[in-house]
Amino acid sequence: MMSEAKGWDRNQIAARAAKELQDGTYVNLGIGIPTLVSNYIPAGVNVTLQSENGMLGMGPFPFEGEEDPDLINAGKQTITELPQTAYFDSAQSFAMIRGGKIAMAILGAMEVSEQGDLANWMIPGKLVKGMGGAMDLVAGVGRVVVVMDHTSKHGESKVLRDCTLPLTGKGVVDRIITNLGVLDVGDKGLHIVELADGVTEADLRAATEATIV
Amino acid sequence: MQKVYSSAQAALEGILHDGMLIASGGFGLCGIPEQLIEAIRDTGVKDLTIASNNAGIDGVGLGMLLATRQVKRMISSYVGENAEFMRQYLAGELELEFNPQGTLAERMRAGGAGIPGFYTRTGVGTVIAEGKEHKDFDGQTYILERGIVADLAIVKAWRADTSGNLMFRKTARNFNVPAATCGRICVAEVEEIVPLGSLDPDKIHLPGIYVHRLIGGARKNRIENRTVRKKETA
Repeated sequence: MMSEAKGWDRNQIAARAAKELQDGTYVNLGIGIPTLVSNYIPAGVNVTLQSENGMLGMGPFPFEGEEDPDLINAGKQTITELPQTAYFDSAQSFAMIRGGKIAMAILGAMEVSEQGDLANWMIPGKLVKGMGGAMDLVAGVGRVVVVMDHTSKHGESKVLRDCTLPLTGKGVVDRIITNLGVLDVGDKGLHIVELADGVTEADLRAATEATIV
Repeated sequence: MQKVYSSAQAALEGILHDGMLIASGGFGLCGIPEQLIEAIRDTGVKDLTIASNNAGIDGVGLGMLLATRQVKRMISSYVGENAEFMRQYLAGELELEFNPQGTLAERMRAGGAGIPGFYTRTGVGTVIAEGKEHKDFDGQTYILERGIVADLAIVKAWRADTSGNLMFRKTARNFNVPAATCGRICVAEVEEIVPLGSLDPDKIHLPGIYVHRLIGGARKNRIENRTVRKKETA
């Protein structure tokens, strides 16, 4: 069992994920920890954020009193526009996603497997929310980075040999960033890229059900 | 041809029937046709199938039609934030067909464009692909999805001229364009109806050919998730 002090918190996971961003690219950030990534975009890296409800060039949250009900992100939060902003309809939005124009998506996960399978949209009989745009994103974007807690509240690994929940996509995840470190999906299992602060390789292996090569 | 009607009730006259398929625009509460939904509720029409990205929230938007049990089946990508929806679904009282968001948008676009089906990679290897035709193109597997043609499309826009040309505002455009095009009849509610010649023809987002009936008086939709930042203090 991991001690509380080891590893990254939500903001540190987001900050680590922000290092994945490539200058000059178009990127889609999911809801939750992925939304925090926009707070940590490195200096000199210019990315354009896509919001799948129909916007490129997503700006920060508005100042109080400047909220516009016609201007929201995919999490239905009020946001603002930027000088390069463009608006479009949902069919156009997913045409650019499916068409491979978005370089990267950073998404949350309930479970991820060593083959790069991702589950993040429902728990049968318990939680019915829906996949929203996640299935389209993982099928269409160039690179999929998942950010998540490594284990459940009960300490069970969420990085698995096989997902137990209904899949969002099969073999779609490239990189996994958790509170314990960074893992890449390879041909024969996961590869350790980086360990979070204070986490040892033994800690990471102990918290991971999936094969680490 | 007179497209402008005096009320939502008048604009829906003679269109509604039990068991029909309605496509609705909107994303969350943003850009939803609230007057039309309310008027549909008041007619008591039932056993509806509704294709809409979301189902409103409890008591708001399509949530109103769920509360009155007028909906038999939803075709949606996301139904979180709606406790009554979840309750009816888990109790087996409401049918729900989950569609990935982009697949739903493209099904509407295709239906409106005379395309009965299309192949997509979205959903391959998931429950969404079960029972659907699979086909390989250039070494990639795709599934066949069908276009949607709705008996009625209901949408909300910002501005219209009297010929039904529509302009939307910011992210309130969302599903309103593909939904409008897939309806055999489309009824639009707008915040403002302006005289012919008032809109720049280069800035029309949806040409009036897709819009059959029109009402004004739409209000701004409410904000579902108000999120703000603090002004930096010097």
